[in-house]
Parts: sequence; C-alpha cells; structure tokens
Amino acid sequence: MAAERLAVNKTYKLYLNGGFPRSESGRSYEITGPDGFLANAVRASRKDVRDAVTAARAASSKWAGLTAYNRGQILYRVAEMMEARSAELVDEVSRAEGIEEAGRQVDEAIDSWVWYAGWTDKIAQVMGSLNPVAGPYFNLTAPEPIGVAGIIAPGESSLAGVVARLAPALCAGNAVVVLASESHPLPAIALSECFATADVPPGVANVLTGHRDELAPVLAAHLDVDALDVTGVGEDKLGEIEEAAAGNVKRVIRAGPGRSPYEVTAFMEMKTVWHPKGA
Amino acid sequence: MPRWDYAPAPEATDIVTVKDTYGLFIGGEEVEPLSGDYFKTINPATEEVLAAIPEAGLEDIEAAVAAARKAAGTWAAIAPADRAKYLFRIARAMQERQRELAVLETMNGGKPIKESRDIDVPLAGAHFFYYAGWADKLEFAFPGRNAEPLGVCAQVIPWNFPLLMLAWKIAPALATGNTVVLKPAETTPLTALLFAQICHQAGLPAGVVNIVTGAGETGAALVNHPGVDKVAFTGSTEVGKQIQRSLAGSGKHLSLELGGKAANIVFADAPLDQAVEGIVNGIFFNQGHVCCAGSRLLLQESIATRVVSKLKRRLSTLRLGDPLDKNTDIGAINSRAQLDKIKELVGVGVDEGAELYQAPCELPEHGFWFPPTVFTGVSQSHRIAQEEIFGPVLSVLTFRTEDEAVEKANNTPYGLSAGVWTDKGSRILWMADRLKAGVVWANTFNRFDPASPFGGFKESGFGREGGRHGLEPYVRLT
Repeated sequence: MAAERLAVNKTYKLYLNGGFPRSESGRSYEITGPDGFLANAVRASRKDVRDAVTAARAASSKWAGLTAYNRGQILYRVAEMMEARSAELVDEVSRAEGIEEAGRQVDEAIDSWVWYAGWTDKIAQVMGSLNPVAGPYFNLTAPEPIGVAGIIAPGESSLAGVVARLAPALCAGNAVVVLASESHPLPAIALSECFATADVPPGVANVLTGHRDELAPVLAAHLDVDALDVTGVGEDKLGEIEEAAAGNVKRVIRAGPGRSPYEVTAFMEMKTVWHPKGA
Repeated sequence: MPRWDYAPAPEATDIVTVKDTYGLFIGGEEVEPLSGDYFKTINPATEEVLAAIPEAGLEDIEAAVAAARKAAGTWAAIAPADRAKYLFRIARAMQERQRELAVLETMNGGKPIKESRDIDVPLAGAHFFYYAGWADKLEFAFPGRNAEPLGVCAQVIPWNFPLLMLAWKIAPALATGNTVVLKPAETTPLTALLFAQICHQAGLPAGVVNIVTGAGETGAALVNHPGVDKVAFTGSTEVGKQIQRSLAGSGKHLSLELGGKAANIVFADAPLDQAVEGIVNGIFFNQGHVCCAGSRLLLQESIATRVVSKLKRRLSTLRLGDPLDKNTDIGAINSRAQLDKIKELVGVGVDEGAELYQAPCELPEHGFWFPPTVFTGVSQSHRIAQEEIFGPVLSVLTFRTEDEAVEKANNTPYGLSAGVWTDKGSRILWMADRLKAGVVWANTFNRFDPASPFGGFKESGFGREGGRHGLEPYVRLT
C-alpha cells in the first residue's frame, strides 16, 4: 500500500510592485479557518504600506495613460486567469470562510470582473457630457482616473468583497493599494497571482495583508493617496480613518448598491475643457 | 499712448432699499435672531455701514434645521414637475429683479457693477433656470438607478460671488428634492437676504430654503448640527479640511469647492494680444477674488519679455475705483482682513526677491483697495507661487518645453483650473489631458455656465457644481 502523498504547502506573501515579497519587517500572523490552521500570512508593516503607495504612484500615470481598450483587455485577461484558477479560488474561499457555496462567490467575482473590464472604454461615453453652454464655446466633461486609490477591503466575502471594490477602481484607471480582509486574507493573495499573470503592470495593484488597526490609519493619512475606499472600515473606526483622510482632502468612497458605472466614477475625477469656436 | 479720461458713470442706487436691520429667514418668515446679536455689514468701497445683520447662534441654527427638516418630507414628495415650476419662478423673479440684485451685490461686496450686472446676476438666474428643468427628469440623469434626496443640506458660501454661489448651492439641492439651510459669508449677506424675499414671492413652501447669517462660528454650528444630512462648502482649503475632519464618521454627505493656484500657460505660438486679455481676465476679474483665478502665469521663455511688456501696458489702462461706476474694471477689495492678507503676501514676494510691478493708479481715500500687481522673476519655491493670494496679484514664471509647463502647472496641492494658450490644436488636447485640474480653459479663461460642471482635483475639493454632474452631490442612488 503506497503512502499518501504529502502536500506542498503554499507560502502566502504580499503582492507589491509586481512581486511577491515578505514584509520588510519579517513578521507574519496565523490564519485559521473553520478547520483550524491555514497558513502564516504576512503581517505587513507601516513601511510596507508606504512602499506600496510609492509603487502605485510610480505606476499610476502609465496605467492611466494606456488606451481604455488596452486597459479593458488587461482586465479581461485577469478574469481569464481567475476562471483558469477557479478551482483554487473556490478552495481558498471555502477553507477561509467554511462555506459550502464558495463556488457561487467565485462565479460572482469572475463575472463581476468581466463586467467591469467591459466598462473601461464606455465609461467616458456614458458618464461624460458635451455641455451646451450659452456662448460660442466647445465644452465637454470627461472622467479621468483620480490617481492612487487606497482600498480597505470588506472583512466578509473574502473574494467577491475585494473584487467589488478593486475592479471598479482599476477599471477607472487608478493604481491601488488594497488592505485585504484581516481574518480571511488568503483569497485576495490568490487573486493577486492572477494579476501577476495577466500583464497588469507592476505597481498598479498592490495587495497587503496584516493588522487593520496598524495599517489602515497609515494608508488613510498618506499624502500620496488621492482616494480612500472605506467600505471595509467598521463603524467604530470610521471617525478616525475619515479624519486622517482629510489631511489632503481625499475622496472618501463607500460601496453603493451592486455593480454599476457609478462605482467606477466614484474613483474618477470629472474634467471640463472649454475652447472658443470661431472661424 | 494717448490718455483717455472717462466721465463718471455711476449706476443709480435708488432701485435698492436697504433696511436698517435684517432678520433671519427661517420657516418662510423673517425672524429676529434668538441670539439677540447683530453685526454691521458695510460697503467695502466706502466703509459706510449698510445694515445690521443677525449673528445666528445655536438656537437659531436649531430652529433653521428644524424648519428645513419639517419641510423636507413634503418637498421631496410633491410632484417633480411642481418642484420644477417653483424653481422656474425663482429664476424668473431673479431676472425681473436683476438690476436691484446687481446694484446690491456691488454695494455690499465691492465688485464692479459691470461684473455683477453682466456676469454674477445673469448666471445666477440662469443656474436656477437650468436646474429647474432637471427636477422632473432625474430618471434620465441617473440611468439604472433611482435618485433620492439626501434630506437637509447645510450650505456655506464665500464672499467673492455671493449670489452666484447661492445659486450654485440652492438650485441643484432643491431640484433633487432637498431642503436647505444656507449661510452667506459674513461680509456679503445682503443679496442672500434679498433672495429670501424672492423665495417668498415665488410662493416657495415654508422651510424649503432657510437663510442664517453670521461668521465662522455660525457656519461651524450649522455644518456640525446632527440634523443635517449633507454639507456643501465653498471657501478656503484650510476651512474645507476642518469641515472634512469634523464630519468624519458622521455619515453626512460632503462636497467641497476650495482654493486654487491655477497656472495660465502661454505658448510662443499663441495669439498674444488675445492671451494678454485672457491673462488680465484670469487674474484681475473680481479683483482676483476668484478660487479658479489664473494666478500663476507660465510664459514660454522666448516670448516672456514681450508678453510681460504688453501686460504692463494693458494694466496701465485698467480703471480702478468706484465699483458702481459702469466703466470701472477693478473694484474694492472685499474686506480689510482680505486686504491685509494680500498686503502681507505681496510683502513676502518682495522679501523673497521677486520683482514687483504695480499699475500706476490712484487709490480712493476710503475703502479697501489694492492696485493690479505683477511679480516677475518668480520661482516655484516662492510663497507667491504656492499660496493662494486671492487678490489682484499675478506671479510670472517661465518654461521651455511642454513637459516643463505641465510639471510646473501641476506642482501644487491645488487642482481647480488651468489655462492653455496656443494655436496648435493637438497641443491643447495633449496639455488638457495632463493638467491636473477640474476645469481647463483653452484659449480663454474664467468662463462659467450652468451647463458646465465646475470643481476641483486634489486639495481644491471634490464634487461638481453645474451641469448634469452637479446633481450627483445632492442625491442618494438606490
């Protein structure tokens, strides 16, 4: 009788500037699921947050400068990678949350990703405008990326929750730094492995794991972060986080109901351009 | 150059009746303040006292918010077409009383009558007219979602465009079914109080619009009142940050339209005479009391000397003086406090080594005045290149390439507006893509329209006013 094969366990790391480093602090914390120990996740440091913001800032203009068509293709490829790894993602979600219907959550995450990928080259048409001003001027308003967005991902729904915030932010053309769910961070790291194989440029999406109380205030106060999604911030911490965000007048964003282009424009700025008409 | 003298052409003020003492406008009535306190409002061009204005206290704010709350349910529930009709009535009444509004605006704020008559007041009426039409078409503004009102809006506005800022705040809020408590600026309350009469004439239901007067403390009490669902503020970035902090965790909706330090960029191929007019309009319009003023002039090096000399010549033709005179280009500085701030920063500019030029003009004996001022030899590290002066003071810098112009233009925490002057269409579009500003004026400057969204990037605030986009800060999408 052959011995049962011993599994190769995965080391879960951060996703930072296109690579998978451990924390510069060398720290980790234990992640458990309903069936006990799952992994030692990286416990990112405040320095890791700052490094991630630096990477995001450096990547933001290139990502924003791609054609909308190109960004849409890259994001669609992320969905392809998610589909290809769907068994793994289902396994991650079910081990993390101990739920039977993990498959439904993964389907929702992939379908949601495809939906937002298709918005990149339509958002300006649907949400921009040609403005009929009372004078001889050409005047239009078009959305453009804000720049660097910080996302404090929802604690529950370990994969679909992060996708619901990350997909519209990336669709909008921002570079992002995500703080994954503190208790269920592993599906978000598995998701970042899809980014790494989908031509998402390094630094455009950065995923950090660790203690919220330590990391979220740093992300919220960082002067090189332009917008902050607080969907995952608990009521008790909201005051502190939003107050920190005011230091550079950050746009503070929270999820609306379901998928919509308004979730994308929440991560965008409207720019209006005037030019005289004349012969 | 020949010297052309102009005979005085003052606008008559008999159309305006200024009362000695005003009340607050709460629940459709003019009421005495429960605080019992009053302050004087003056004409900044003469320092003459115009009226006593209530200083609303906590109890007054309480009453105003309660009146707005009481009206909110009915106002949100009436037929949208009727909401539209009320707004059309207000727009019409403002047009009917335009002369009165313009004269009063100039008397209380110091801006030239030709600006309040031709820009502020017509645009304010047009703003109500524009948003009136949206009130019963919201399902087409937000496809796929229902737009629901937020409830009671606290709105705090500045002194630079008192009536126009009132219109920017109240029109979209009412169109979307909200009720409002608005606080005009301490130095310019009179047109807002005249607007209260217009609401009365229009038969607007009591409590839909409430107007409370006072200074910063009144404003802080209003925005922090727990009965408020939404705060809209236009003013300095410093106060905007304070408000954002004080609202943290409250769940209140917020939109901010804050300061600016706009770059007005002139390339060598630009039509220079037109550009000079645009530069003058960009920084000397409304004495430079404009958040989107083109206060940093970026000149391409090869034309810098020529443009500065044209600019100085043009400055010498600007007429500074009585704001009520129809030929006046530069009116009074809005307040002594603002004049002191301008003088301080101009002093800093001189100390830091920039070269000062001031148009030769006589300043009236009474009132607050500052001559059109241009600093050349300014570097990016100078405070006059970084801080908002909010006065008729222009800082001139130079650049060589497009990339350098973009880098310098964006080198500021602000991002409200920018200007580009060039004959090359592709360069305009290239620049417009890269400038971090909510409004880009190409071959023009300081243009405004109710249909055109206005608002900032970065520390110039968030949310848009004007256009379809201006509805969004006042609705909840479900």
